[in-house]
Amino acid sequence: MDIFEVVQPGPLTTVQDLGRTGYQQYGVPTSGALDDYAYRLGNLLVGNDEGAASLEITLFGCQLRALQDSLIAITGADLAPAVNGNPAPAWESLLIKRGQLLSFSQLRKGCRAYLAVAGGLNVPEVMKSASTCVRAGIGGLNGRPLRKGDVLKAKAADTSAKAARIPAKYVPAYSNDLALRVILGPQDDYFTDKGISTFLNSEYTVSAQADRMGYRLEGPVIQHRTGADIVSDGIPLGAIQVPGDGLPIILLADRQTTGGYTKIATIISVDIPKVAQAKPGDSIKFQQVKGAQAVALRQKYELQIEAIKSLLRP
Amino acid sequence: MIYDEPRFLSGGDRAVFIEFGDSIDPEANQHVTDLKRAIEAADIPGVVESVPTYRSLLVYFEPLQISAAELRETIHHLRRSTTVHERPKRKLVGIPVAYGGEFGPDLEVVARHNNLSPEEVVRIHSGARYSIYMLGFMPGFPYLGGLSPKIAAPRKATPRLKIPAGSVGIAGNQTGIYPTESPGGWQTIRRTPLRLFEPAREPPALLSAGDYLTFVRITPEEFTAIEKTVQNGTYQLTARFIE
Repeated sequence: MDIFEVVQPGPLTTVQDLGRTGYQQYGVPTSGALDDYAYRLGNLLVGNDEGAASLEITLFGCQLRALQDSLIAITGADLAPAVNGNPAPAWESLLIKRGQLLSFSQLRKGCRAYLAVAGGLNVPEVMKSASTCVRAGIGGLNGRPLRKGDVLKAKAADTSAKAARIPAKYVPAYSNDLALRVILGPQDDYFTDKGISTFLNSEYTVSAQADRMGYRLEGPVIQHRTGADIVSDGIPLGAIQVPGDGLPIILLADRQTTGGYTKIATIISVDIPKVAQAKPGDSIKFQQVKGAQAVALRQKYELQIEAIKSLLRP
Repeated sequence: MIYDEPRFLSGGDRAVFIEFGDSIDPEANQHVTDLKRAIEAADIPGVVESVPTYRSLLVYFEPLQISAAELRETIHHLRRSTTVHERPKRKLVGIPVAYGGEFGPDLEVVARHNNLSPEEVVRIHSGARYSIYMLGFMPGFPYLGGLSPKIAAPRKATPRLKIPAGSVGIAGNQTGIYPTESPGGWQTIRRTPLRLFEPAREPPALLSAGDYLTFVRITPEEFTAIEKTVQNGTYQLTARFIE
């Protein structure tokens, strides 16, 4: 069922879901929505399973024409969403009428917005996922971002779900100064004490080289003991790689599965959505936590999503 | 060097590295393969996937289903209870390759660098059995161990903008195969008509970490014939199992 026509794609709009699991052993990146919190909540608002295929809209410029009446929800970054030029609410379900123009025209807060559609977007699954990996040319719309003239399909046009809204206390406030919690390792022993101290006590800035694969940061150089090269090993989501120049790179959903540079630490899973909403120029400070703390925070995070679920579906 | 006991290294709250050594080593890689198999066979609730590399296995898990401590204990138990006798035989895959000319524009470079004739380079390259240590860098790209130092060659000073899919290259003491067309700096000496990576195939990669491969010489005419059977889906991969 045709649901939207792409009038303007914006700089990078892709179809994403929870990502591709089980194929990293073959060198295939996981991909998936970078901000899983905003993405999952968007789906819940329109009555979908939390992992239904949605759009990830990066920065502003995207314009879509509705080809059907449909229930949608916009979550994540505030990109000044509007329907026919009138401001449209975010973090709540919204009925859009056939012929109306949905636009994202300005970057106010954050970096990536999510558009969930009742029924979920309908694209062929590749390796059991709808997620687009542009670098590998797989998933979504033929492995590429949206283009002008593309027609998006939904699995079912369902406008019956009842109106829903995320309570304000669950809506994140995106900041330009991020505090990201990390667990040291796996190669923290490749750095001098001074290097670790620089990493944990300095302010870094997101450089212009920041995409779904990773964010290069600018700031004080982190000192290695002898060198930055290791025998290649796996790269977890949120790993902070420090190559020979001593500048950290945060690795994200489209990261290569393996690599040969030292990794000083890993960002804890509940802080990945913060990274997803960071953009060039934002500042980052890293704060060390223990594993048990990270797990407690993850439990709280999942319980919060469960609480929202029961609110929306009493 | 192989460690006496594997090291458990943090990959954050949802991943852990089990590292068996600090260098590229067939024995360390065998431990990685063994552990990956054991974890898969045990089907541990909360384990999401695992990524084998040269000397370590990265295991992704859901900490709300299995704690890092429980996972570690389970892995120790698996290692204690798995014996070498249970190790399945390894697959040896034959990869047909044509060489020289359009199939391997850098064959002459590698030959000159090593004071060999192109024919000798091909003979040495075909005569070896390669360990598939890991896949990475791009989907389906195999990192192979076992290249003879006699045909090692440095990377190209200027990478090529387009290396065709199936190109077999040499970079330093490594040899590998490009699964898809891409830019690259490896010296390409041969090419296979096989598709190393197809998203719609299950599994999508032709090769698996832990197996072996050999290169089998074919003529340009055979290349064209095999390419056709690959296209219409009738190609039968030659593989046998070895100790």
